Amino acid sequence: MSSETLTDARTSRLLTVIRVIYMLKTVWAVIVALLIGAIFILLAGGDPIEGYTALFKGAFLDYWGIGDTLVRMSPLLLAGLAVIIPLRAGLFNIGAEGQIYIGALFATIAALYLPGFLPGWIRIILCMMAGALGGGMWAAIPGLLKAYRGTNEIITSLLLSYVAIYLIGAVLHAWLIEPGAPYPYSREIDKSLELPIFMPRTQAHVGIMVAWAAAILVAVMLWRTTLGQAIQVVGHNKHASSYAGLSVKRLTVLSFAMGGAMGGLAGTFEVLGLKYRLFDHFSPGYGMQGIIVAFLAALNPIGAIFAAIFLAGLQVGAGSMQRATGIDTTMVAALQGLVVLCVAVGLAFKFHPDRWRRRIAAWRGNE
Amino acid sequence: MTAAPARLTLEGIVKRFGTFRANDNVSLKIAKGSIHAILGENGAGKSTLMNVIYGLYEQDGGRILSNGKEVRITDPREAMALGIGMVHQHFKQVNTMSVVENVVLGLPGRQILNLDEDRRRIKELADELGSEIDPDQPMWTLPIGTQQRVEILKMLYRDADLLILDEPTSVLTPTEIKAFFVLLEKLRESGRTILLITHKLDEVMDLADRVTVMRLGRVEAELEIANTTPRELARVMVGRDVVFDIQHAPPKVGDPVLELDEITAVDDRGIGALHGLSLTVRGGEILGIVGIDGNGQGELAEAIAGLRSISQGRIAICGQDASGFDPSERKSVLKMGYVPEDRQKVGLDLDSDIAFNMVLRSFRAPPFSKYGWIDFKKIRAHAVDLAERYDIRMQSVSQRVRDLSGGNQQKIILAREIEDNPKLLVVAQPTKGLDVGAIEFVQRTLLAQRDQGTGVLYISSELEELLLVADRLAVIFKGRIIGDMPASEATSEKLGLLMTGRELA
Repeated sequence: MSSETLTDARTSRLLTVIRVIYMLKTVWAVIVALLIGAIFILLAGGDPIEGYTALFKGAFLDYWGIGDTLVRMSPLLLAGLAVIIPLRAGLFNIGAEGQIYIGALFATIAALYLPGFLPGWIRIILCMMAGALGGGMWAAIPGLLKAYRGTNEIITSLLLSYVAIYLIGAVLHAWLIEPGAPYPYSREIDKSLELPIFMPRTQAHVGIMVAWAAAILVAVMLWRTTLGQAIQVVGHNKHASSYAGLSVKRLTVLSFAMGGAMGGLAGTFEVLGLKYRLFDHFSPGYGMQGIIVAFLAALNPIGAIFAAIFLAGLQVGAGSMQRATGIDTTMVAALQGLVVLCVAVGLAFKFHPDRWRRRIAAWRGNE
Repeated sequence: MTAAPARLTLEGIVKRFGTFRANDNVSLKIAKGSIHAILGENGAGKSTLMNVIYGLYEQDGGRILSNGKEVRITDPREAMALGIGMVHQHFKQVNTMSVVENVVLGLPGRQILNLDEDRRRIKELADELGSEIDPDQPMWTLPIGTQQRVEILKMLYRDADLLILDEPTSVLTPTEIKAFFVLLEKLRESGRTILLITHKLDEVMDLADRVTVMRLGRVEAELEIANTTPRELARVMVGRDVVFDIQHAPPKVGDPVLELDEITAVDDRGIGALHGLSLTVRGGEILGIVGIDGNGQGELAEAIAGLRSISQGRIAICGQDASGFDPSERKSVLKMGYVPEDRQKVGLDLDSDIAFNMVLRSFRAPPFSKYGWIDFKKIRAHAVDLAERYDIRMQSVSQRVRDLSGGNQQKIILAREIEDNPKLLVVAQPTKGLDVGAIEFVQRTLLAQRDQGTGVLYISSELEELLLVADRLAVIFKGRIIGDMPASEATSEKLGLLMTGRELA
């Protein structure tokens, strides 16, 4: 009897350990992806250890590298949030890219045309609000179409991205373009509107901190407010939502618009924090990478912070790797793909306590 | 009967999940060529036992004998090789493929198909069972009853002579059930053995030769149907006496709490479902809505609940026009409770926990939230209290509702809809899929509400249940009420006539 209870205690302790191992499966997936990537590097004639060392040093262990990583993280994180909020309501926002562009446009117009007598910080806040509003309104279009016409939001949000990208091009050409510019970009924004840098001699602007705060606010919204709970009930079950008196239509539009506002902020910070102008085709696909961030984070806004730092680090470290070892930066694109693949495979591994209990019992039996 | 050799024998089967014994020393003997029923409430361990026999679980103790020989079954394929086939409650079929393709799907040793030969054999088998099945029809075009036949055919095609049927009638309409019973008798005549898992007493009484009653993972009794009564079976199954005739005092009828005046509505496809339906429910009475399924019952309930818009007519709850109130306002302001027919799809958010589901319709208002902030402490305390009062079996209130049994899920809905003392309670098919114990609980709860002065609209396709519980009965036919009467004057014959649309002379 007592030996049996002892075994039970040992079994449950072992089960806890196994459960934790399962919980960390994203970490294991990333490690496996890096190992597979190492094979690729070997095949390409490089030294993986040297390459990875250069990559991680360049991204995370170097002052300027950290600055670059954070700068890169900001749009990735905000684009990730743009995907996460609607997806919590069961809606796929594939169009964060377009929302980034429209947000940048609104912010630029605000920056260029807000009356100069307002103090700089007030104008910065107004620019951010304009950017969020622009992205939110753009995202509200697929939301409205979904809610009131049943149109597939994946398709509308994706296609609207292309509309947005070319719309920015047209607006730049026709209106905002700097006179005499060799290719389409706007006039420079006023010095007083440039976001303060919080790491001297890097480009790390306060927009990064705003992005972190946004992630925390989204988490609080989802988990602590009636709005967040309502969004998640809609994501779980539309029929039950109507029964609970929630307006599925309103929440569909709202969650899309909130996501779009995050995308709009991403675009805003690219203008106010980094480039100080609106460039044609300024985003290298941050919106699409936001989907990866949301996926790696398993839709957890706090997790998205780490996912975005990780992805940004890979992209920033790629340059250091190439300089140090000659491994091409495109290897990082492959690595990014491998990470997504491995995390997706990892989703298939679910913790079944009963199966493990049986396995443990079998091992004990063999001892 | 007892002389027939055993097709399958279980000796002392034990199946543990952690420290929980889902099957505790279960023994039974199934005679060749008989219909053997396993009866038990939800959670009695029936499905676990079947999964052990079918090789989906491996037992922790005990022996299985097939045709007198001890066997180890670790895989459904091994079960099939022993002639054991299982028809699950939810069919394992590919809807876009034809009958013949579904039947041969996964047959071992086939790289090149010769479907003509298969078509012929399927036809033969179908004829033997007296069913018309076109082997080339795509699965999705077949009614559920026929899909089930294909599932059985699939097993027979693999030479199964012991069929395990898991709650086979739960998906069928009453007409299909009758035809299904005929089919089972044919199978028995042909010498095949049937193991029927069910929680429905009348099925066991009508069909089975012997019955094993399970409760809490153990065998409570094994009885010859000829020597038992439904009352005895119910008592063994639930572990106490079940009162079939609920005695209730005559209703103390109050003011109208629900008045429907000539309401008209369409169904999901836009086809007219309610055509000028009128009725009144008064406080302190239970009005039962009788009718054959599909005559507008679902739409009626949804219209009253505010989930379906009406194109004409008027709905008044407690004398107040309900048109401006959304579903949750009808609960909070108009004091209407609603137990929807589809508890999993409509009544609950299965992916949220018990605590949240208890406030699913009220979490946006005080005391459970203030200024948009949710007070999870209050929600949990509230849930703990309700779970205790309504006897909801669970590990904790943070357990996901998806993992609960149907009876416990229904208790959550009932608790939520009743706890703020509604004046009107609309319940649609509240006992569907529940076992005897849970049905009794639901009915008692509704009667208690009635005695407190609540008006109850009870929509059900179970005629006996309505005759037992309701004070007044109204018959719905093609979206209209075509007759009503006090329950005391109602008979199955009278109601049966009305249900098929014949007005009483």
